[in-house]
This record gives sequence, C-alpha cells and structure tokens, in this order.
Amino acid sequence: MPLYYDDDQTMLADTAAQFMGEEGAIAKQLRHWRDKGCKDGFGHALWKQMAEMGFTGILVPEADGGMGMGNVEAGIVLEEIGRNLTPSPFLTSSVMAATALGLGSDDLKGRYLPGLLAGDSVFAVAIDEGPKHNPDRIACKAEKSGNGFKLTGKKDFVVQGASADMIVVAARTAGSDDDAEGVTLFAVPKDAAGVGHNSVRLVDSSMASHVTFDAVELDGDAVIGEVDGGRDVLNRVLDAGRVGAAAEGVGVARGSMDMTIDYLKQRKQFGRLIGEFQALQHRAAHLYSEVEIARAVVIKAQQLLDAGAENASLMASVAKAKVGKAAGLAVKEGVQMHGGIGMTDEYDIGLYMKRDRALAEFMGDVYYHAGRVAEMSGY
Amino acid sequence: MSDLDQFRSETRAWLEANCPAEMREPVREDADIYWGGRNATFKNDAQKAWFEVCRDKGYTVPAWPKEYGGAGLSPAEAKVLREEMARIHARAPLQSFGIWMLGPALLHFGTEVQKQRFLNEIARGEIRWCQGYSEPGSGSDLVSLQTFGEDKGDHWVVNGQKIWTSYADKADWIFCLVRTDKNDKYRGITFMLFDMTSPGVSTKPILLISGNSPFCETFFDDVKVPKEYADGIPAQVGEVNRGWDVAKYLLGHEREMISGAGDTERGAGIGAMLTRAAGGVLDPVLRAELAMFDVDALAYSAMGEKFLDEIKVGKAHPAQPNMMKYAGTELNKRRNELIMAAGGSAALEWDSEESNGGSKARSWLRTKANSIEGGTSEVMLNVVAKRILELPGA
Repeated sequence: MPLYYDDDQTMLADTAAQFMGEEGAIAKQLRHWRDKGCKDGFGHALWKQMAEMGFTGILVPEADGGMGMGNVEAGIVLEEIGRNLTPSPFLTSSVMAATALGLGSDDLKGRYLPGLLAGDSVFAVAIDEGPKHNPDRIACKAEKSGNGFKLTGKKDFVVQGASADMIVVAARTAGSDDDAEGVTLFAVPKDAAGVGHNSVRLVDSSMASHVTFDAVELDGDAVIGEVDGGRDVLNRVLDAGRVGAAAEGVGVARGSMDMTIDYLKQRKQFGRLIGEFQALQHRAAHLYSEVEIARAVVIKAQQLLDAGAENASLMASVAKAKVGKAAGLAVKEGVQMHGGIGMTDEYDIGLYMKRDRALAEFMGDVYYHAGRVAEMSGY
Repeated sequence: MSDLDQFRSETRAWLEANCPAEMREPVREDADIYWGGRNATFKNDAQKAWFEVCRDKGYTVPAWPKEYGGAGLSPAEAKVLREEMARIHARAPLQSFGIWMLGPALLHFGTEVQKQRFLNEIARGEIRWCQGYSEPGSGSDLVSLQTFGEDKGDHWVVNGQKIWTSYADKADWIFCLVRTDKNDKYRGITFMLFDMTSPGVSTKPILLISGNSPFCETFFDDVKVPKEYADGIPAQVGEVNRGWDVAKYLLGHEREMISGAGDTERGAGIGAMLTRAAGGVLDPVLRAELAMFDVDALAYSAMGEKFLDEIKVGKAHPAQPNMMKYAGTELNKRRNELIMAAGGSAALEWDSEESNGGSKARSWLRTKANSIEGGTSEVMLNVVAKRILELPGA
C-alpha cells in the first residue's frame, strides 16, 4: 500500500480540514471553553456536529451503523484536530473506546455504540495508575463477586473522565500487579455506585480525572473480551491510542510550524524579514524535515495497524516516539522564533506548546516508547 | 492470486535458483562489489555467475526498458524485486554511476541512438563511468565551474581540473560538466560524455582521512572531445549550453542515492546488533541513545518509502530529495558514531585481521563526507528553506 492518501482519503482530509478549520478553530473552541472555565474542557455541540459528519463512528463497523474505516482515516481527522487544537473526546471515545468495544460483546455494542454514533455519548479510557504511563503494571483489582465483579483501586490521567458516560477500565482479575496475564477490561458506566472523580484542569486546559473505584459492583456483561485474557484487547486499545495520539501530534506540529513559517515571512527586525536570516532558515528547514519524517512513520504505523501486520505495535511506538521528538521541537522552535510575542497568552503559538506537552505524556512519552522499541528489538 | 503476487513467487523462486550463497553475505571489502568496466575482474566464480545471470535477465537495471538492457519492470514489480532481494540479503549484481546517475539522465534527456548505445553498455556493465562535477573552486557553488570547452567546429578542446571524481582512476568514461559559454552562468554549461583514455586526461588519487582513496583529482589538458561519435551519437546530453538542466536532474538522483532512500534494509535497528556485538553489556546511556537512534532510523525508513511512493506518482515536491539527503546523511553519520561508541577499543583497530582492515573506523571516517558530497547539509537546508518553505531572501 503506497504511503500517501488515496482519493477517498484525500476527500476525507479535505472535508476534515475544512470542518475543523471552521467549526473547530482555536478561537471558537479551545479559547472559548477555556475562558468560560468549562468543566468538560470541550463543547458538546461540536461533538454532535462531528457525529453528523460521521466522524464519531469512523472506526465503528458499517454493520453497527458506523463508517467502517480504519486508523488511517481516524488519523486524518486527528491530524486536523491537532492542527486546530480542537478539544473533543474523539481520541478517547472514537478511537480507543471504539477499538475496545469493537472487540466486545454484541450486548456492549448495542448499549454504547448508538450514543457514540449520535454524538450523545462520550467515553474515557482508564489505564495509567501514576504520573507516568506504565500499562505493564495493572494493580487496580476486580474480584469476582456473584455473577459479576467488584472493582477497587484508582486510575490517573483519565482524560475527560468526569464527563464520560462510560469508562473503559483495565483491571486485574488474577495474578500479581506486573503479570501480563490476568488482566480484564471493563466498561464501567458513569452512574455506577462507588466511582469517584477528582477532576483537574491540565496545562492545555483539557480536563482529566483521578478516578477512584470503591468496591464498584459490575455485572458480568461489563466485561470487554475475555475474563483474565484482556491483555490482547488492552494492547490493541493502546496501539490505536498511540498511533492516534501520534497523528494528533503531527497536526500540532504542522499547525505550529505553519504558524512559525508565516511569522518568519512577516516579522521585520534590523530592517529585514527575519525569514531572510540563514540561522533561522536552517532551523526552519531542519524542523520541516523532522515533521515530514514523523508524518511518514505515522502513516506507516496506521497502515500496518489496519493491516494487522506483525510489526504494527513496534511501528506504533516508533511513531509515538518520533512525533514526540518532532512536535516537541516544532512547538519550542515556534515559541522561540516568535520572540516576546510568543510568550503572550494572546498569541496562539503558546497554546500549541501546551497541547504538545499534554499529548506527549498521553499513552507514553518519547522515552517510554524508545525504551519499548529497544525491548521489542531485543536489547 | 494477483499478478503482483504471481510475480513475487516467481521472483522468489528465480532468486532461490540463481543467487549463489556467497552473494547473500554482507559486503566486507571493496572487491565484494562488482563495478564492471573494460578492466573489470571478478573476485570469484559466484560473483561472475550472479552478475551474468542478472545481466541476461535485465536485473542489473530492472526498471529500464528491455530495449536498453533492462527488464522493463513496472515500479511495483521493481519494488517487489528489491524487497525479495533484501529478504535474502542479496548483493547488488552490479554497482555503477552509470546506473544511478548517468542512466536516469540519459533516459530523460538522451537521443534514441545515445540511449541505444550507452544505456545498453551500462546495463551490461561494459563501461565504468565517473562523474566530473566538482572543481577546486566549485564545490557547493557548482555553477561557478571553470573547466572550459573551446568550440572548434566539429569538436571541443577541453581544459581544466575536476576534483572529488569518485573512482576516476578506474573509470573508462566520464560524464562531465564543461563551460562552453563564459557569459551565462547557468546557460553556459554543457554536459559531455568522453573517454578517459583520450589524450590529455590524467588522474591522481586523493588520500582521505579514512586511509582509502575513492576520490581523484582529474586534469584535462587540451582534451579533444568530438561533438559527435559514430552513428550520429552526440557527445553531449541535452542541448549544448543547457547542461545545467541535466546536472540538476541528475543531482536529484545522486541525493536520493546518498540519502539511502532506496535501501530497504537501511532502516533496520542497530541497537540489538550493537548490544550483541558488545557482549550484551552496554552503558545504559548508550543503550538509550541507540534506542533514540533506532526511532529516528525506523521513521526515516518510512519516509524513504513514502518518498519513493510519491515520486512514482509525481506527488513529491521537486526539492524533497534535498530534505531526504539532509536527513539521511546526518542519520548515517550518527549511526557510525554509535557503531564506534559501541565497538569501543575494538572499533579503533586500523589494520588488523580481526577488525577486517579497520572497516568500522574507516566507515566512520568515510561517513563524515556524506554531509559534504553531493551538496552540503547547509546547502540542502538552504534549498528546503527557499524552495519548500518559500522563506524570503536571495
């Protein structure tokens, strides 16, 4: 499969670019909700519009009423979300939770997918149990209780957790904390008794929860996939999340870079456009090269994931790490090259830096994924 | 089964039957590479057999048309062949500047008779070529070149000096940039082809920091270059005084080649290999650097694939090879720094049998030229800044 978009994908990219550029623009969404102090950190009306566009069900099979597309297409939408810093539950709901539900029972699909397709529901994913991503260690416990389970423990960095109608939770049903096996995924409904949220605003003005589960009773139907055999489902959710976050990161990088290059062409100092200075030209060209390479490996990882290829998980980590490096460079160079104005809240470039920081941590940072690349390569 | 799947299984079977085991080993020394030419010798029977069977099938230049010595493969088929060869670690049957650089320029700019003669000779490995571009005063600023060809009616008389002419001392012919009009910087250069045994041509190797000498200085002292060879074959490619167009086109191919974009194996991680080589004990900080390098290398490999895919359908920006060259050569230098670091004192050995004649140290030194030859990294960044990002200034 060639590493560029086919005609349908190009059309989707144009549509997504236009939609996010207009409806999801920074002033209309991110700044608007931030300045209002919105408790969700995003607008439900936009989520509804995204549903009308068909975006929310992009990874949901056609048989279930969705678009039946893949990670390449989800990435197209995510790149535009990144470029416009559009706050939305797309990554957690339409990519990660949808991937989990796709591997779940018909009952679960019937219960949750219609809400997602209509843009009425928002889902979150609870994996991390500390400030750094480490999905190999799952301590949160779900003990068998009657026909169901009793869930106890805590989860951190649950993005939009308090706004979510359902949280996909990775919990331990057997073995010890560091075991690969013995993990089960659950769909925990919002109104389950014993679920507590300490919802906090993050640097990029998105909302995330420290979630506590105090003997939360779940019936057997809440299980996604196999009891004790949830690691495989979890890995697929993680890979979709990694590649999705990487795609959004490419959008952040490109948005930031475009803004910076434009600025270099307008800003005058010492009687010249600063873009004429070779010191800045070389840095800009280096940045371009890093962002292009990052974009290439993201498309590669998306295609491998959609093809179910053996090395998809390796390339998902390569993609997340490479984007972490490239987008980090893009936002830092962006602020620096903007000079003093780049430090002001009024100017958007700083917003890119904040979003990049949050996205860099989400689903594992550069170091986590570079380490994973080393381990998967046998060193 | 699709036609491409069919082609893949046929190719796999063909390679299995025809590629000798000795040709599936990594290249260890210069003699492992077959360059062809009038004075070529084979290192062993396997190298000869592998070259001949590929030549007869058109696999020295698989994507060239059959009438010019190629196999006429489609881009997709050529990719399959590359992948299948990479799968068994097959060596290239023939390496040549004729294949990488002159060939593409002739395919694009050559006359029919020119193509018939030279492309077939290149494909059959009969003539070894070198490239005469750089001059002592014209490296990155190539267009300032001074070698002059005086028009004498039916021939030119060429005088001047070239430098960094790779393997000029071993080449049979040269493709050379010669100024034929002193009044126009760009439109005064002619792209000429002539025999290195012509009277007045001499070469002198340049010893490099790696201790090896692929490069030469090449001198032209009243060299007579006919304007037309037998059978009406012009000595110049493209029009007289329009050689810059050819040179630019060809530089794109050179940069693509130096960047290693076409090498499907290049992106494979080195971390595991180096950890094994070091007996499993690597400093944790070095291990971390290797992991970060592998991330960049694997990502670059995807970029190489994307770049080739986009070139095939005309989607790549014309200045994209500059970006690939920049990123690829910087990466290759980093790779060799890490190989030296992981190798420790063993990698320092300059001429021992154990170190295979100092191959690591010599390669490391050699790669320092990657970001200089074919246009420096700084020139590549200038081109990207101006042509892709469209930043202002001269």
